[in-house]
Amino acid sequence: MKNWLKSGTPWIWLNAGAAAICLIMVAGLVALIAVRGLGHFWPGPVMEATYAVPGQEPVRVLGERVNDETVTASVVEDAGQPVPEDMEVVHRWLIKLGNRDLTGRDFLWFVEPFLVDRSYPHDALHLERMEWGDFYGYLRAVTEDGAAVAEGEAAWDELYMRVSRADDLRRRITRIERYEIGDVNNRMERLRLQERRHELAGTLTGEVRESLTGQRAELDARYAVLMERRSELQTQLSRDALVAETADGRSITIPLAHVVRATRPNGIGLAEKIGLYIEKFVEFISGYPREANTEGGIFPAIFGTVVMVLLMSVIVTPLGVLAAIYLREYAKQGPIVQLIRISVNNLAGVPSIVFGIFGLGFFVYLAGGTIDQLFYPEALPAPTFGTPGLFWASLTLALLTLPVVIVATEEGLSRIPRSIREGSLALGATKSETLWRTIVPMAAPSMMTGLILAVARAAGEVAPLMLVGVVKLAPNLPVDGQFPFIHLERKFMHLGFHIYDVGFQSPNVEAARPLVYATALTLVVIIIVLNLAAITIRSRLREKFKSTSD
Amino acid sequence: MTTSTNDQAGAASVMPDEATRARVKRWRYAKDGASRWLVGFGGVSVIGALALMFLYLFSEVMPMLAPPEMEPLTEYAAPGEAGERTLFIAVERYQEVGFRVTDAGALYFFRPDSGEVLQRITLHIPDGVEIVSHAFGEPRTRLNILGLSDGTALLFRDAYSLIYPEGVRMVEPSVEFPLGEEPIRVDDDGAPLSVIGAQQGARGFNIAGYTADGRLLLTNVDARRNFLTGEVTLTRRGGVMERPDYAPVALLLSADLRDLFVGDDEGRLHHYNTLNVTAPERTQTVRVVSEGTGIGALSWLLGTVSVIVGGEDGSVSQWFMVRDEDNIRHLTLIREFQRMPAAVTAITPEYARKGFATADADGNIALHHSTSHRSLLQRQVSDQPVRFAINAPRNNGFLTVDETEIVRYFSLRNPHPEASIQALWSRVWYEGRQQPDFVWQSSSATDEFEPKFSLVPLTLGTIKAAFYAMLFAMPLAILGAIYSAYFMTPRMRGITKPAIEIMEALPTVILGFLAGLWFAPFVERSLPAVFSVLLLMPVMIMGLSLAWFMLPKHWRGRVVPAGWEAAALIPFILLFGWICVEMNPVLQIAFFEGDMRQWLTDRGVTYDQRNAMIVGVAMGFAVIPTIYSIAEEAIFNVPKHLTQGSLALGATTWQTVTRVVLLTASPGIFSAIMIGFGRAVGETMIVLMATGNSPVVNFNMFEGMRTLSANIAVEMPEAEAGGTHYRILFLAGLVLFVMTFALNTVAEMVRQRLRKKYASL
Repeated sequence: MKNWLKSGTPWIWLNAGAAAICLIMVAGLVALIAVRGLGHFWPGPVMEATYAVPGQEPVRVLGERVNDETVTASVVEDAGQPVPEDMEVVHRWLIKLGNRDLTGRDFLWFVEPFLVDRSYPHDALHLERMEWGDFYGYLRAVTEDGAAVAEGEAAWDELYMRVSRADDLRRRITRIERYEIGDVNNRMERLRLQERRHELAGTLTGEVRESLTGQRAELDARYAVLMERRSELQTQLSRDALVAETADGRSITIPLAHVVRATRPNGIGLAEKIGLYIEKFVEFISGYPREANTEGGIFPAIFGTVVMVLLMSVIVTPLGVLAAIYLREYAKQGPIVQLIRISVNNLAGVPSIVFGIFGLGFFVYLAGGTIDQLFYPEALPAPTFGTPGLFWASLTLALLTLPVVIVATEEGLSRIPRSIREGSLALGATKSETLWRTIVPMAAPSMMTGLILAVARAAGEVAPLMLVGVVKLAPNLPVDGQFPFIHLERKFMHLGFHIYDVGFQSPNVEAARPLVYATALTLVVIIIVLNLAAITIRSRLREKFKSTSD
Repeated sequence: MTTSTNDQAGAASVMPDEATRARVKRWRYAKDGASRWLVGFGGVSVIGALALMFLYLFSEVMPMLAPPEMEPLTEYAAPGEAGERTLFIAVERYQEVGFRVTDAGALYFFRPDSGEVLQRITLHIPDGVEIVSHAFGEPRTRLNILGLSDGTALLFRDAYSLIYPEGVRMVEPSVEFPLGEEPIRVDDDGAPLSVIGAQQGARGFNIAGYTADGRLLLTNVDARRNFLTGEVTLTRRGGVMERPDYAPVALLLSADLRDLFVGDDEGRLHHYNTLNVTAPERTQTVRVVSEGTGIGALSWLLGTVSVIVGGEDGSVSQWFMVRDEDNIRHLTLIREFQRMPAAVTAITPEYARKGFATADADGNIALHHSTSHRSLLQRQVSDQPVRFAINAPRNNGFLTVDETEIVRYFSLRNPHPEASIQALWSRVWYEGRQQPDFVWQSSSATDEFEPKFSLVPLTLGTIKAAFYAMLFAMPLAILGAIYSAYFMTPRMRGITKPAIEIMEALPTVILGFLAGLWFAPFVERSLPAVFSVLLLMPVMIMGLSLAWFMLPKHWRGRVVPAGWEAAALIPFILLFGWICVEMNPVLQIAFFEGDMRQWLTDRGVTYDQRNAMIVGVAMGFAVIPTIYSIAEEAIFNVPKHLTQGSLALGATTWQTVTRVVLLTASPGIFSAIMIGFGRAVGETMIVLMATGNSPVVNFNMFEGMRTLSANIAVEMPEAEAGGTHYRILFLAGLVLFVMTFALNTVAEMVRQRLRKKYASL
């Protein structure tokens, strides 16, 4: 024992334990997100059971088990649930019942021993709906204009067919609403601004007015046509419905216009499940959010993140590289440059929220406000650039990641052997030639590393964005087919903020939870891939220069 | 290259002629110069932009410190007929129309910049009846009341509407009579109302009066409009309160119609509970100015909670009713302001803030703010006593009128009276509180709300969060760094380092979301398991090491080779964690009556689901990589000859680590801790998501907190640009900036010095 203490073994093991715990935490976190995020798309079995609490009417339950836990009896009692007699430890299940429109509660805890007669019925129906979340029940019939067209087993094929027809119609309606009507509205707004501009400039002559009125009438006509087409499609869409029976025996008619996807999770094979999984995954990546962001896809968030990060890269790369070259190649090395270097380095440690308030105060209010007054007086008092938006967010994050790029580039420049510089100069090249033809190309990979790290940091940063341009739901993408195509002033959606918003601000956190995990997984994957790329480039680079300098 | 220099004939044919060469050379040098300038300009401006950040934050904070500016604009004889004396004067929010009430029963609307009369209105006062007293209500009601010599009173207010003839904004003044144009009866006996007071509340108007024959009256008048006929019916309740044993000089009624304060000529304030208008009761009498002096002026602050007392000796003090333990309210002196040089003649509250203006008998006026306890400005405006002085509704103008009926009009800039060092960093006695306290509560739904801008809860919250994070992160990161830098085999180190670097890159929003949505509920129901993991894990690891040590010597290396201890421990740690979680219900029942959370609550420990412990773990997670990688680097770079020397002298590896390696690397470890602390201080999303964000002042690990950074994130989007709240949030940002920048700079310097030391060793 004494030897054991004296040898230092326990302390070494303790250190080893700390390292092991760190590793477990990283791996565990990634695994947790991966499992929960990927599990979101898997069509789980739908269980039917009878919840028979002694002394109460038995209740039929139909839904998916989403969580289970073992707790003490007193916890269950405190939660107001029944406890089997003389049980100290209780197992309970969280079951997703859906049918929020009918029962009000779509997630409920059930004490496991009371769930009896469990079965997984073949014909259990699972609907994803446009509103009110999921529906669980049994398919009874499919109707067209109120008349049943198929019942029993035949109803399933009819249902799939008609759901895909409804889906197609809905898509067409969305296209009209989002793009064509959106385009008309956009043009209308531009006409209004044009008129206002003329008014401000005092050039609103009768001629101008006439031309504007003409254009407006044209747009109105187009709008009317579009509305008519839309209402026609909507009539077609409202043709079909399905009749389903809920677990408690009620018969419900659900118009197919509200059904996003109809499945029978217990009645399909593995291959179909995998197909469904992929379909849901694709929808998640490429779809638009529904129901206050708690359902549907995250495409706008991914798109917003990517556009913002790209814009940021375009800003930060030249600036960071210039500053690094200046510090390393041109500035006279001495205590002042050293001080600047330390300061720049330290800026990377300044809290991101500080950059956020700087962005809000300086970019949005000061710069944006000035731009509005100079270039967009016709839109005032509604701000154009004087409000948080894509450009300001990119600029703020560029400032935030500038130190990362500067430090990485400088490191790359300092790694380039002196002999190369001297060789180039000795051959008669000027300093700029040496720099731009030899040094910068050689340092390019480290600039790349810096940029990747900057992008990774920017993609995950949320706090400053909350102040300078992110919104929970943006009506339009920042880049679209409408003039001028890239809308720098628009607000945008962001993966990180999406996680915060859906996980913490949404009214039904339990329903949104799987989606948050899936979103988190997307973000983590993007960032880990970017970082691994940076690490790989960096280590390759080190190897390369080791050989050149030797 | 070499061939071309040797072969002269070839060179002659390839070489351009002299002129071209010179041109090319000039061009090349021009490019060189341009590049130098471009890079220089670019580099300097980028660095300048970063410096600008600091300057900008500073420039947003600075205006809070600036004193108010007051510039005289004009002065003129009071608008109206000579010989009339001013009772009240005011200006509307656009400062285009002024309003004056005189003792002749005339109301004037005038241009404040010239004194030109726009409109004169004569009040319906019967012949032979005189105005004997005047008072005004809470500023937002714009209510004025005149007490007449026949026991009646007249209520009116100035009102303004905006009209846009030909697109230009015009302010159109009018006078409203909420209880009709005719005076209403207050004293049934018809005695002159020598002192009067009125207030508008939810249940009509309360009017208090003191008659010349020594009776104190209280009347409630409620006007109801019949919505069919449009006819107004007045209901009147109340009557004589008492025959006081003192001589009232001023009457103040609160807007909730609950309180009546009566100031008397001996410097005392009497409080009546007027909840029941027909039977008010006197609760207390308090001396509010020093012995031997009287009350000069008396006024409410916005919201009618605080009374400002101006003494004849120039003293200015704030009082309000404070509840004691038995829920009994006592009129209490809250704070005293800078004295006026002479007797206070008028006090007027500001329209939307807890500030007020005072005037005195020597012609001085002063501006004060109650919450921040600041007397912002004092200046002499006249050599005559000032009768009345009032702020413009938007606090951008100021009007005074003196005994010689000269009106003076000033422009005023007083944007940030709420901010003071004391308001931000000391205990402040807020209205309605039992004692001075540190409170952050920046906004509320109502206008009369007193903003509470104490940065203390936020700063303490920041430190609390960082403290728990460091408590969790420091041992793990530093011990892990020692192990991986000194003991771990290179192969395993090749995995560990990048893994932990990736951990650094994980977005904090993900850590926060997991902490808030997964970890916090988990901890709440598995408290015993969590604590057993925290406490027993080291014991378990030590036990394993003992077991390993007990093995025969030649087995040890085979079971766990040196440098692979961490890998060997991973399954055991997982197993142990799993056992703890599985044992949780058993522990709950055995030690904590089935539920540790409830058990804690029963013992008086507040438990929030999202608490400091959760933040500590989540934020610890975020700072572990920072500390780890810097500390690891410092330990790894300790020159090898030092350790080899120590080992050669017979020290064990552990002795070498503690006596040589750690000692040498300690500055590096220190700087790692500093940088980690800096990161914990500024982290936003984790705190935002993993705590309840309630600004509390305590260090309980089971309660949440609100940090400076999370506070900025929560409140900045709602703060009005340029307002005091906005600037205080910038101040919070500046504090964070300076704090982290200083921490990082010191850490960086330590590291650089260390690097030099290593190089010289």
